[in-house]
Amino acid sequence: MTGLIAPVVRRLRPSDLGRVASVGVRTRKVRAALSALGIAIGVAALVAVLGLSSSSQAGLLAQIDRLGTNLLTVTTGKTMFGDTAELPKQAPSMISRIGPVTQVQQTGVTTAKAYRSPLIPAINSNGLSVQAASLDLPRAAGTSLAQGRYLNAATAREPVAVLGAAAAERLGIGRIRVGQRIWVGGQWFYVTGILRPGVLAPEIDTAVLVGFPAAERYLGFGGYPSTIYVRADTSQVDAVHGVLGATANPQAPSEVNVSKPSDALVARAAAQSAFNSLFLGLGAVALLVGAIGVANTMVISVLERRPEIGLRRALGATRGHIRIQFLAEAILLAVLGGAAGVAAGVAATAIYATTKDWSIVIPTVAWAGGFAATILIGAVAGLIPALRAARMPPTQALWSL
Amino acid sequence: MSPDMTAPGMTGTATAPVLELRDVTKTYPSTPPVTALRGVSLTVRQGELVAIVGPSGSGKTTLLHLMGTLDRPTTGRVLLTGLDASAMTDRQVARLRATRIGFVFQQFFLAEHATVLDNVADGLLYAGTPYRQRRELAAEALSSVGLGERLHARPTQLSGGQRQRVAIARALIGRPAIVLADEPTGNLDHATGQSILALLHALHDRGTTILVITHDREIAAHLPRQVDMLDGRIVADTAKPDTVSPAAAASPATAVSPAAAASPATAVSPAAAASPATAASPATAARRG
Ligand SMILES: Nc1ncnc2c1ncn2[C@@H]1O[C@H](COP(=O)(O)OP(=O)(O)O)[C@@H](O)[C@H]1O
Ligand SMILES: [Mg+2]
Repeated sequence: MTGLIAPVVRRLRPSDLGRVASVGVRTRKVRAALSALGIAIGVAALVAVLGLSSSSQAGLLAQIDRLGTNLLTVTTGKTMFGDTAELPKQAPSMISRIGPVTQVQQTGVTTAKAYRSPLIPAINSNGLSVQAASLDLPRAAGTSLAQGRYLNAATAREPVAVLGAAAAERLGIGRIRVGQRIWVGGQWFYVTGILRPGVLAPEIDTAVLVGFPAAERYLGFGGYPSTIYVRADTSQVDAVHGVLGATANPQAPSEVNVSKPSDALVARAAAQSAFNSLFLGLGAVALLVGAIGVANTMVISVLERRPEIGLRRALGATRGHIRIQFLAEAILLAVLGGAAGVAAGVAATAIYATTKDWSIVIPTVAWAGGFAATILIGAVAGLIPALRAARMPPTQALWSL
Repeated sequence: MSPDMTAPGMTGTATAPVLELRDVTKTYPSTPPVTALRGVSLTVRQGELVAIVGPSGSGKTTLLHLMGTLDRPTTGRVLLTGLDASAMTDRQVARLRATRIGFVFQQFFLAEHATVLDNVADGLLYAGTPYRQRRELAAEALSSVGLGERLHARPTQLSGGQRQRVAIARALIGRPAIVLADEPTGNLDHATGQSILALLHALHDRGTTILVITHDREIAAHLPRQVDMLDGRIVADTAKPDTVSPAAAASPATAVSPAAAASPATAVSPAAAASPATAASPATAARRG
C-alpha cells in the first residue's frame, strides 16, 4: 500500500462515462426534457421538411414516370399578325413518319358549346370546350377511362361524346346511365364515357370529346387539329422535339409550339423544394435556440452541482474526468432531443406520405445529418460549462455548500 | 494489515509514515491575502487515529485539503505514502486521491438519486475498478459500517448518522492508506456523533489509519493522539510531548493512556457498531428525516 508505484491515471470506462453523464438527466428529468425540447423541435422540423419534400417529389416523379416522360405536345401558336394559327390537316400523318415517334393523336377545338340540356342559358357554358378527338387519345395523353367507353370508329361518326373528368363534374354527370345525353352545338349527343383526370394533359379534363367526323358533320368543325399528342422513344424525345415544329407545319415552323408536359411537372417538383428552404431556415433557427437552451441548462447545472464536482475530485476525478462528464451530459441531452426530433419528423413524414399514397422517403442526410448535428450542437453547447466545471478548484467546489 | 493490538500512539515510530507535512504554509491569494497555515510539520504513521483540534478559523480544513492533495501548499512539502505530492501533476494527485486517500466530510456529500450501494461504489469509480466489483466491495464496506441491510435504500431514507456511515463506507471502499475526516460529527446530534466516533475507533482497531478534524475538545479527548492547532500553527501534539504547552497538558490529553483510549472504544466493538440499535434507531431516523 505504501509502495512507490508512479500513479497512472485511468480513463473512465464507456459504461461508467454513461453513468456519470446521465446523472443530470436522471435526476432532473423535467428540466432535461425541456432543455432538449428546442433541439427536438428543430430536428423534427428539418427531418419532416426534408422527408416530406423528398416523399412528395418521389410521389410526383413516380407519377410522371408512370405517365411517361416521352409525351410531346404540338399546339397552334400565333401567326406573325397575332391571329391563332392553324395546324395543317396532314400534320399528324407527317409527324407519324418521324422514326422514333410511336403514337400520334390529335384534338381540334370546335366553336360549339356543351350544356346539360337545351334549357340552360347559353352563357352558362361552364368554361367547357368541345373538341374533336382521335380514337386513341386517352392512352397517348396519359389518361384512361373512369367509366364507360371511349369513341371508336363507329361512334366517332355519330353524335356521341366522351367527357373529361372536370367536364363531367361541371355538367353534373357523376355516373353514366343508359341514354345519358347532353346538349352540344344545338343537338343531343349521347355520353358513352368519362375520363380520369389527366396530369400530363389537363386541357382534356375540361373538354367534351367527340369524333372528328361527327364534329365536322354536326358541329361545323373545319377538321384542323389544334393539339397533337406525340409519343416517342424515351431516348429520342429531345431529337423528336427538335424536328417536330418543322414537320408539323413546314411552311411556318415558328407558328407551332412544341412542349414536353413532364418537364413542367418536374420543374414544379423542384420548385417545391426551393420553397422548403424557408422551413429549413426556421428549423435551423429552432436548433440554434435549442443549443442555447442546452448550454444554459449546463451552465446552471454546473453551478448547482459544485458540491458534486468537489466530491468527485476528492474521490480521485481528474479535471479531464469532470470535463468529459459534463461534455458527455450536454451531448446526451442534445442527442436525446435529436432522437426525439428524428422520430417525430419521420412519423410526421410517414403519416402524411401514407395519406397521399407516396412512398416514404427520408433522405439519409436528413436523419443522419440531423443526428450528427445534435452531437455537434451538444459538444459546442457543453464545451464552456464543461471547461468551467473542470477548472473549478476542488476546495472551492466543496466549500460552496 | 491485520488488527495490531499494540497502541499506535505509543509505538508510532515502529510503523511507516503514511502522511508527512514538512514546514507547510498556505496563504490564500484573496484580498487581503489570508495566511491559514504558518509552518506546519506533522507525521502520521500507519495505524494511527489522530485528532486535529482547534478553534474555528485555526486552519484545520485548510490543512486537511493540503493533506488530501485537494489544494497545494504555498511552501513546504506534503508526502503521502512516501510520494511527494508537491512534485506531482494534477492528474497524478487525482490518482493518489483515487487510490490512497479516503475523505469524510461534515456534509456527507451523498447523491440522493442513487442507492446507498451505488454511492459507496462511486468511491472506486476513478480508481478504474469495474462496476460489478465496485458494487461487491461496496456491499462489504457497508456491512463493515453496520449498514449491510440497507444497501438499496436512498440516502434520503436514512438518518444523519446512517448517512455519515455511508460516507465513511465510501471512504473505506478503496482501502485507502489514510482516511481524512473533516468534522465528521459536525452535522449530527451528540449521541449520533458518539456512535460515529465509536465506528471510527472500531475501524482504527482493525488497522485503518484515520485523521479526524474537529473543533470539539471533548471528541478529541477520546482519540489516541491529539494535535492542537491555533492560528495556523501546531501548538501541541500528544505524540511529541515536548511541544505540549502547559495549558494543553492540563487538558484531558494525559488521559489518553492505552487503557483510557480503549474504554469508550471497547464499549462499541465492531459488532456493536454493526448492531441495528445504533445503526437505525427509528427515533433518530424520524428526527433527522
Ligand atoms: N479559499 C479561501 N480564501 C481565503 N481565505 C480562506 C479560504 N479558505 C479558508 N480561508 C481562511 O483561512 C483561515 C483558516 O480556515 P479553515 O482552514 O477553514 O479553518 P478551520 O477549518 O479550522 O475553521 C480562515 O481565516 C479562513 O477564513
Ligand atoms: Mg473547518
